[in-house]
Amino acid sequence: MPSFVITEKCDGCKAQDRTACQYVCPNDLMVLDLVTNKAYNRAVDMCWECYSCVKICPTQAIEIRGYADFMPLGAVVQPLRSSDSIMWSVRFRNRTLKRFKFPTRTIPEGTIQPDAGYVSGSEDLKSPLLRTEPMSLGTGLYTG
Amino acid sequence: MNIDNFQTVVVETDLLILGGGMAACGAAFEASHWARKNNLKVTLVDKAAMERSGAVAMGLSAINLYLGLKNGKNTVEDYVEYVKNDLMGIARDDLVANIARHVDSTVHLFEKWGLPIWKDEEGNYVNEGRWQIMIHGESYKSIVSEAAKSSLRELGENGQYFERIFIAEPVLLGDRCVGAAGFSVRENKFYLFKAKAVLDVMGGAVHIFRPRSVGEGLGRSWYPPFNSGAGAYFTLKSGAEMTCQEVRFVPVRFKDSYGPVGAWFLLFKSKATNAKGEDYMETRASELEKWAPYGTSKPTPANLRNYLMLLELEEGNGPIYMRTDDAIRKLVAEIPDEKEAKRKLKELESEAWEDFLDMTISQALNWAAHNIAPEETPSEIAACEPYFISSHSGASGAWVSGPEDLAPPQHFWGYCNMTTVKGLFAAGDASGASSHKFSSGSFTEGRIAAKSALAFCVDHPEPFEVDPSIIEEIKQRILKPLAVFETHHSYTNDEDVNPNFIKPRMFMFRLQKIMDEYAGGASVGFRTSRMLMEKGLEYLQFMKEDADKLAASDLHELMRCWENIHRLWQAESHIRTMMFREETRWPGYYFRTDFPGMKDDWKAFANCRWNPETGEWEMVKREVIE
Repeated sequence: MPSFVITEKCDGCKAQDRTACQYVCPNDLMVLDLVTNKAYNRAVDMCWECYSCVKICPTQAIEIRGYADFMPLGAVVQPLRSSDSIMWSVRFRNRTLKRFKFPTRTIPEGTIQPDAGYVSGSEDLKSPLLRTEPMSLGTGLYTG
Repeated sequence: MNIDNFQTVVVETDLLILGGGMAACGAAFEASHWARKNNLKVTLVDKAAMERSGAVAMGLSAINLYLGLKNGKNTVEDYVEYVKNDLMGIARDDLVANIARHVDSTVHLFEKWGLPIWKDEEGNYVNEGRWQIMIHGESYKSIVSEAAKSSLRELGENGQYFERIFIAEPVLLGDRCVGAAGFSVRENKFYLFKAKAVLDVMGGAVHIFRPRSVGEGLGRSWYPPFNSGAGAYFTLKSGAEMTCQEVRFVPVRFKDSYGPVGAWFLLFKSKATNAKGEDYMETRASELEKWAPYGTSKPTPANLRNYLMLLELEEGNGPIYMRTDDAIRKLVAEIPDEKEAKRKLKELESEAWEDFLDMTISQALNWAAHNIAPEETPSEIAACEPYFISSHSGASGAWVSGPEDLAPPQHFWGYCNMTTVKGLFAAGDASGASSHKFSSGSFTEGRIAAKSALAFCVDHPEPFEVDPSIIEEIKQRILKPLAVFETHHSYTNDEDVNPNFIKPRMFMFRLQKIMDEYAGGASVGFRTSRMLMEKGLEYLQFMKEDADKLAASDLHELMRCWENIHRLWQAESHIRTMMFREETRWPGYYFRTDFPGMKDDWKAFANCRWNPETGEWEMVKREVIE
């Protein structure tokens, strides 16, 4: 199906300034039903299974059921994303359980400095040197 | 929906960046710096939310382009040679070299912005292959988009970005591109962006060919289903010359969920075999000689690796397997200490799963659903359906000017990365003949193009007006599918079945069927011929007429209508260019049964242009300059 919403867990992001899954879905698939106040995936066969909605949901109300036209039932892959890492639980159809944890970023969200301490070596709009170069290259610019 | 209720919003800017993916983020980062120094405005428009838009939305497990120039690991020339060989001799040296000479700077910035890059004990990046480095890339796009937004913020009110605005059409004034028009997919607003320079960094194209999975799995394309040919449509419709529109990409990936194979082949040194366990790259090595000099060079071009696999399938030697079990066994066997070997096995298992979880989570789900532990069981691999993606191993896109200091005179016309239309620039998946830029190279090319486009703005400061009647005409044209639906829907009992219109979903399926059967899709083994393509073009002509009757019941469906108009143009340019090139050069991407071999006189670019004045297609052969 791709992504589906567990009715009981979805609160329509009522305490938030936006519906998280609707905000993030790269294919504009997640919609808030204004009558039930629950989100849903409006075209499951256009879903990329990218998990963006699963990762962002503040109540863990969204999961993925693998595409039924080629995947047997019974597997679950579920992430839990923190500020600097992601924890994955992988449950096989035969109930084998695996857990993995990977880092996601090395500096806190919201603290990126675009120039990152590099100084731009040219003020010339017509020069081939880009912003922060040549310092960010760590060597001179190749000129043929 | 009544289109009279749509508000018209006109936004004026200097540089307009169309797209929100890697190339667009690179453009925003670079443009902000130079725009501040020159007091110019920068505006970015994304069809989705930048935090998770474009091909890197899900993340990536590797950066496929890093040269390591500062450590003398490779040279720019090495990379150009590699790319050109992979594309069977067809690439623009100047464009590839330009990206390659800057790309390390981009990767160093990514690291400073917080992207975790794997390091060895000496603190050096861990290479997957010669050009590829491993990352923990789940948040790759979130990090890069944060940097892009922070950069725009440095411009104050001169820097802004719009999300959930779908760009449908270019805005032209005489021989110049002066903006873009589209609509919000959230509220009843029509947008017209006026700009001194326009940078097209929109996506390549998926769902032009019928996918192998047509149930729920329709959405599980290797490249994202939301990349629908906007990049190519925009430049085509502006009258820009296009290149390599025949060079599609057919990736071989883990079957059905399309998980990446790079880490298996390069990092884990795995082999792919037929069902009998034979390594077809060895048993069919003599076939490669027919495609010399490219076939006999190392590494073997991607399309030829595909081709050898397709030959296996044709002879009934499928399924094809990635021997993950053998690869892991070999790596563990290299360690004599039993305890150490156990630890290594655990580490390899984690790396194997991360490879999927970082970038194709569905493949992890697929393994779990089939009870596959890669250290115990091999997995099937297969050729996907064809895609258009010049940032990877395809090459289709706009024909753009090279950099003044590297390009031969034939390849330089004033501003680097400018198309043949004044004021219109292209990069990433929207520019052609510069394959293998991947995520880091796309970001880099976005930077290059943005800087160059700002130079164009400075050189062309004169103000201009777009006549209100033109704005109104574009608005009516873009919103038309809503009007068609509004006028006719009450005539029948089913809003999807109506003799007066066609919904975008069936329109897409019709296109996919034509392309699959006549233009060499997966179901016909990627084979086609002039006779088939002529028939296919005939059917596309009916589609062009029916495109006028596309109908949308809401804003989401209006977006789907326009996505499929974009796909149709990409499809037509693809067929026309395959027909023009009377040879077979990339047999693992498509095979012309009427011209089964490579020809010396076709070691050239096949370019096309749709002429906006006459509505005719013009085909031109251009020399490959060494």
